[in-house]
Amino acid sequence: MIQEIVINGLINGSIYALLAIGFSLIFGVARVVNIAHTALYMAASYFIYLGFDYLGMSSLLAALISILLTVALGLVCYQLFIKPIREHESAVLIATIALAMVIQEIFLLAFGGNYLGVPPLATGYFMLAGVKIANQHLLVLGAAFLALIGTWFLLMKTRIGLGIRCTAQDREVANLMGINVNREIMAALGISVGMAAVAGAIVAPLSVIDPHMWLHPLTMMLAIVVLGGLGSIKGSFISSYILGFTEAVVVFALPMGAFLKGPIALSIMILVLLIRPEGLFGVSFEEER
Amino acid sequence: MGFIWFYIRKIFTLFKCEVLVLPSRVALLVFVVALLLIPAFTQDPYLLWVLILTAIFSIFAASWDLLSGFTGQVNFGHALFFGVAAYTSGLINVYAKVPNFLSIPLAAIAGVLTGLIVGIPCLRLRGTYLALTTLAFPIILTGLIFALPEVTGGELGISGLDRLSTSRVYDYYITVVLMLVLTTIMWKITDSKTGILLHAIREDELAVRAGGINTTRYKLLAFCLSGFFAGIAGGLYAHIMRTVGPSTLEVALSFQVIIWSVFGGIVSIYGPVAGVFILFPLAEFLRILPKVRMLVFAVLVLLTLIYMPEGLIPWIRNKIEKECPRCKVRSIATRKTCRICAASLD
Repeated sequence: MIQEIVINGLINGSIYALLAIGFSLIFGVARVVNIAHTALYMAASYFIYLGFDYLGMSSLLAALISILLTVALGLVCYQLFIKPIREHESAVLIATIALAMVIQEIFLLAFGGNYLGVPPLATGYFMLAGVKIANQHLLVLGAAFLALIGTWFLLMKTRIGLGIRCTAQDREVANLMGINVNREIMAALGISVGMAAVAGAIVAPLSVIDPHMWLHPLTMMLAIVVLGGLGSIKGSFISSYILGFTEAVVVFALPMGAFLKGPIALSIMILVLLIRPEGLFGVSFEEER
Repeated sequence: MGFIWFYIRKIFTLFKCEVLVLPSRVALLVFVVALLLIPAFTQDPYLLWVLILTAIFSIFAASWDLLSGFTGQVNFGHALFFGVAAYTSGLINVYAKVPNFLSIPLAAIAGVLTGLIVGIPCLRLRGTYLALTTLAFPIILTGLIFALPEVTGGELGISGLDRLSTSRVYDYYITVVLMLVLTTIMWKITDSKTGILLHAIREDELAVRAGGINTTRYKLLAFCLSGFFAGIAGGLYAHIMRTVGPSTLEVALSFQVIIWSVFGGIVSIYGPVAGVFILFPLAEFLRILPKVRMLVFAVLVLLTLIYMPEGLIPWIRNKIEKECPRCKVRSIATRKTCRICAASLD
């Protein structure tokens, strides 16, 4: 059981990390609370299904194309719906909720409410210390770590990353220093949606695809982001694994665990917030009054 | 006799000079009268059913506005109040046989207590943190409901509640009159000194605190008031549906109430009510195209937001009425001068 908890905790944690870091990034740079973030993650899963089942692509090609398509979808949605109303904070909130609903309804309309699945990229399994580990799980872990390291590299070691971090720290000063803020926001959005798409692509073979699959990751992602401190990428990373492992432990160790996994993770978040209202690694933004 | 004529004339003058001069007030009057007269013309059960639910949800949406619009404490989990109240009235009505005229006030009290329980941890949080934290509470409660199916009925919920009254028309009048009374009370609250303080907290909490006002107390008060009104809505809903399920706690309901309110226009109480009265029946009548119903709905909301981000009703109101720059009294947009102080309106 312990091995299962470790494997599931690592997989949950990595997927949540991919989602939460992207969400954190776009919140930090553009101050957009993107509820549609996990809807885009769902979109990536559906695009894979579309590519694989209808167009007969190979799984790998379908995954790559779906990631590109999702990023394009995210950027188009931002340009059309979010950018014109970015000054109205509450309107942006509703717009992203409505956007998520639109995406959900389009997929419901196109594919119906059935549970769909795509075959795993890697088949087979091997035994490690008496427990079965599917190759697909290893592949998922590898892909997730690769994506996380890639994002870290992009943010910390390149000029684009520097621009994004500057914009997140103080948009006005960044603008004064000659950084094209709008371009940085688009870049951050591209990275953010790209990470969600990678998460969706690697999760597709592991779980069923249905038009409501974005709701549970959404609540978990929001809990993680609040727990780790809004806008803090390190915080999101660490708290994804905290909550990912919590979920795995609850599912395997408690009776009725499947119902309680969300509530317990969220209770942990509330308890931490009672002690540290700014989250574990809260970054203090300039006083926004 | 002279007195009576004096008061009648005074009321008539007030009506002529304060109500008839402003299109928004005329619209409100027409709305209220129409709402009260509908059963006299049609007793179509489906129409009345839709309007009953609309009235309940408009109490609910207005209570969200009271908390989130006025104090700026955006609540992403407003369904919590609704669900707690619905479950309270369901449990005490079915298991303890408490009649419905007592179970609904008790549900409202449960709403107030929920407001306190949620409000105290949330006092230290602000802005987006608060919004995302409040989202957690209804999900936690839903998990508990699923984990304790013996008491709560699990996924099926509690059924077999008493009817609200003996007939559909009585139900209609009870909910609609309650809706009108409660929203008026909320409107008056936001117009009172407390309401102005809540508004000030939203604009600049630090300045209000520097003014010697205990903002914590007012923020908590907003949570409790909002819980009270949402609780009444939840109790009414439980008795109208006669069954209470986990759907009253859904994230979708919390999002729905935000959509209604922002569509109608926040920080106004009448905005959310109007939002519900436009969007809820629309969503019902779109049932003829069941597959694209939610899609049309969401696209409509998106388009509205792009063209009028401050909400539908304030946008219309600003088009048909102008505020006098000198005395801040509103006049109809066709006038060149203010109706009170005759200052130029442009």
